[in-house]
Amino acid sequence: MAEPFVIEVVSADRLVFEGRAVNVIVRTTEGDIGILPGHEPLIAVLVPCAAEIVTDDGRREVIAVDGGFMSVSAGRVSLLSQFATLAGEITPTQAQRELDHLQRVIDAGDHTDEDVHRMHIATAQLKAVEKST
Amino acid sequence: MASSLRELRQRRNSVRATQKITRAMELIAASRIIKADRAARAALPFTSELNRAVAALATYSTIEHPLTTEPEKVRRAAVVVVTSDRGLAGAYSSNAIRTALRLTERLTAEGVEVKRYVVGRKGINYFRFRKVELADTWDGFSDSPAYANAVDIADAVMADFMRPHDEGGVDEIYAVYTRMKSMLIQEPRVRRVLPIEVVEEGSDKVNELKPVEMPLQYEFEPDPETVLDTLMPLYVRNRFWFYLLESAASQLASQQRAMKSATDNAQTLIETLTREENQARQAEITQEISEIVGGASALTESAQAE
Repeated sequence: MAEPFVIEVVSADRLVFEGRAVNVIVRTTEGDIGILPGHEPLIAVLVPCAAEIVTDDGRREVIAVDGGFMSVSAGRVSLLSQFATLAGEITPTQAQRELDHLQRVIDAGDHTDEDVHRMHIATAQLKAVEKST
Repeated sequence: MASSLRELRQRRNSVRATQKITRAMELIAASRIIKADRAARAALPFTSELNRAVAALATYSTIEHPLTTEPEKVRRAAVVVVTSDRGLAGAYSSNAIRTALRLTERLTAEGVEVKRYVVGRKGINYFRFRKVELADTWDGFSDSPAYANAVDIADAVMADFMRPHDEGGVDEIYAVYTRMKSMLIQEPRVRRVLPIEVVEEGSDKVNELKPVEMPLQYEFEPDPETVLDTLMPLYVRNRFWFYLLESAASQLASQQRAMKSATDNAQTLIETLTREENQARQAEITQEISEIVGGASALTESAQAE
């Protein structure tokens, strides 16, 4: 297997995660994509999802991203998302509450794109928690 | 004499109290700068990654995006000026405002209508007092901005930029912020935010877009246009985020410097007052002694005379 690559997850105000990884799975606008070492250079637009990172020492990191994009170049993958959160930092109850609230708003019919987006984020956060446990 | 001595003492005490306050403010500003600096540094990875991706896309010079297209004729421009919420920061806010006014003058001279956006209470009050119409204002976060604030500002001006001219849309967007050159030097700067210039010449900053060596031929998913559509708003938001952070650091540095000189001035004043007070006290003592001596000698003289 090829050398593990460097993975960086950055949100607008900080570096969320940095390390070496052997596999990264994210969801792009076209569907799920897994990045293995030696992947060709790629820039992909992400949708809100729970990104999975398998580090070179076999650990699994799950990070909720709210969209943004991923860039893959030789030996290096970066995920850029304005508000990225590590699964360990998410409080499931809060995310669930927000999700329920937004679901009601959306069911009621008078929702904005912003609400839909926030619901995606909450869903992604919940998924990230589920996956990491 | 005695009353003046008391007055001097009173004045010195009040100056000393003021000095305590200014010194505390100086220390607070100093500790906040470290925080602001850390925030600015934490934002760097995102900025550099974003720039790299935009540069990669820019090598596809064929793609056009509304946010990068130069207008044929600039008829209306937006000026976003970043000031502070509170005073006591030296000339920080007034420098930024002055720079914005100069820019406005220049634009008006070129026949461009100017729409004003202001960040920070100081700037808002300045323009409101002069009854200048403001398109939009934001305040309450000048010394510790959050990314969400930058998003608000960026989205508002981007919406204006995308709107057609007849509905109040603008053709260019400028930002006036204060750049932190060092702890001692902060200078207001004018930057054109939109349309985005992908190549900026003579720029000395890492934060400006520069065509980097891009030997890699990227694949884009789903396609370059969509990627650009996602990237550009992020880029603009990030620019404002950078301006806010930089301005916050400048504001704090400026505040620290202003408070430092206030403390120093208070110290000089205290020294002068102490000296005057000592002189007054000494004069009083001398006078009392000479009165006693005079009185005593008058007594002896009168005793001898008998």
